[in-house]
Amino acid sequence: MSTLLITITQVSILLAFIMVMVLILTYLERKVLARIQMRMGPMRTGPYGILQSLADMMKLLAKEDIRPHGSDRMLFYLAPLFVFVPSFLIWITIPFTRNIVVENLELGLFYIVAVSTVSIVGMVLAGWASGGKYSILGSARSAAQLISYELPLVFVIAGVGILAQSFNLITIVNQQSSIPAIVYQPLGFTIFFVAGLAEVGRIPFDIPHAESEVVGGPFVEYSGIRWSIFFLAEYANTLAIATLSVLLFLGGWSGPLTEHFEWLQPIWLILKVSAILFLIFWIRATLPRFRIDQLMQFAWKILLPLSFVYIMVNATVPFVETVITSNAASNQLTGIAQIILGACQILILFLVAFAISKRRKKYLTHLHQGVPA
Amino acid sequence: MVTQTSLNYVPVVVAAIVSGTVLSLLFILAAVVAPKRRTMISAIPYESGIPPKGSTWKQINLRYYLFAVFFLVFDIEAVFLFPWALTYLGIGAIAFFEMVIFLGILFLGLVYAWKKGVLKWT
Repeated sequence: MSTLLITITQVSILLAFIMVMVLILTYLERKVLARIQMRMGPMRTGPYGILQSLADMMKLLAKEDIRPHGSDRMLFYLAPLFVFVPSFLIWITIPFTRNIVVENLELGLFYIVAVSTVSIVGMVLAGWASGGKYSILGSARSAAQLISYELPLVFVIAGVGILAQSFNLITIVNQQSSIPAIVYQPLGFTIFFVAGLAEVGRIPFDIPHAESEVVGGPFVEYSGIRWSIFFLAEYANTLAIATLSVLLFLGGWSGPLTEHFEWLQPIWLILKVSAILFLIFWIRATLPRFRIDQLMQFAWKILLPLSFVYIMVNATVPFVETVITSNAASNQLTGIAQIILGACQILILFLVAFAISKRRKKYLTHLHQGVPA
Repeated sequence: MVTQTSLNYVPVVVAAIVSGTVLSLLFILAAVVAPKRRTMISAIPYESGIPPKGSTWKQINLRYYLFAVFFLVFDIEAVFLFPWALTYLGIGAIAFFEMVIFLGILFLGLVYAWKKGVLKWT
């Protein structure tokens, strides 16, 4: 019984932590965006506007909660839960340092893949239950996008598991204590980051929201507190993708001096996650949105074949290594194998970038000559 | 039967219950605090400000369904991939080449769909 109480306390602390982090994240995003666009961002509420997110939360809480005519009452009210709860469940097994984790599941990565898929159901429910034209269109679009980008993400996670011979997040980070995994799997990091951006629906992959086309997608009809729950889930997912890419590819909490000073571990983690988040905000400020046909073609014709190749390369190198050394017991790649793997992946990345830029050039010359490409 | 492994997933259930409860409390709080002025106008589904025309339950294009079928095929493949990833080094050459053939067949399927123009979004 007491262990159950401890678990409830841990989970409540985690929930509060995630909510506070989302508030900080929205403030930081607005500030970063403003700086990139040569504005000041929020300045009025508190010094440098640091209370802006709190004020927004109060405002959303006091807004009228409108349910449109012709909507399905129960599903309309339940849909925000179906979106937020899965995105919170992911955090149960994400470690912050070697010791701080609610439950270190042995199949942590597989669990994350399985649970995060449920929020797609929530999106479809939200759009379908609202009973508006925009919202139904938006929910179909977001389902199409999320399932398309789910596949490369799942393949990359399986590839990481092949190299680590484990799906436990703490084990995976511990194996990167000497060098981060991005050095020998740059291709994996690229696919994971791009597919992750699409999976949380951020610009340039924000087709589900697409304010200028379907005016907010599945959430058009939502207002007040229920709308803010969708918002909360989106930012919790963004944070989760940033944290996961740090844990899987950038060495997590390991960094200089962490062996001597235990308290440096969370600081390194926070620094790395902040860098990734800044990259995400920067991309949002810089790139335009994909068209939906471009979005689907990018997923099925570039990312999916690429992740097939990635799986094959990742499986072949350890296999050849065990055949040569005839030692299946060691589950760590040797230095030479890591170098070969890294070289292969960089080569593939360059080939793909070359092919894309060549096609783009061809398309642009066609465009300038007035000939349809 | 309750095993140690299934006990590891107790926090997941607890987290689902706790977050669901907290959100429900938030909804109740909002229902108390927020104003209620439900009128005929404010409850019209949003269509860029003009009155909605016809039924709002629109049909969805068939191509969404095709992509859903593809997703199902490749996702089931991923399910096979996960246990294989942890064990193939121990089993040896048979496991490796079987998965190569399996992935090859699925990849051929993707290429076939591509050539048939199914992946085209027009």
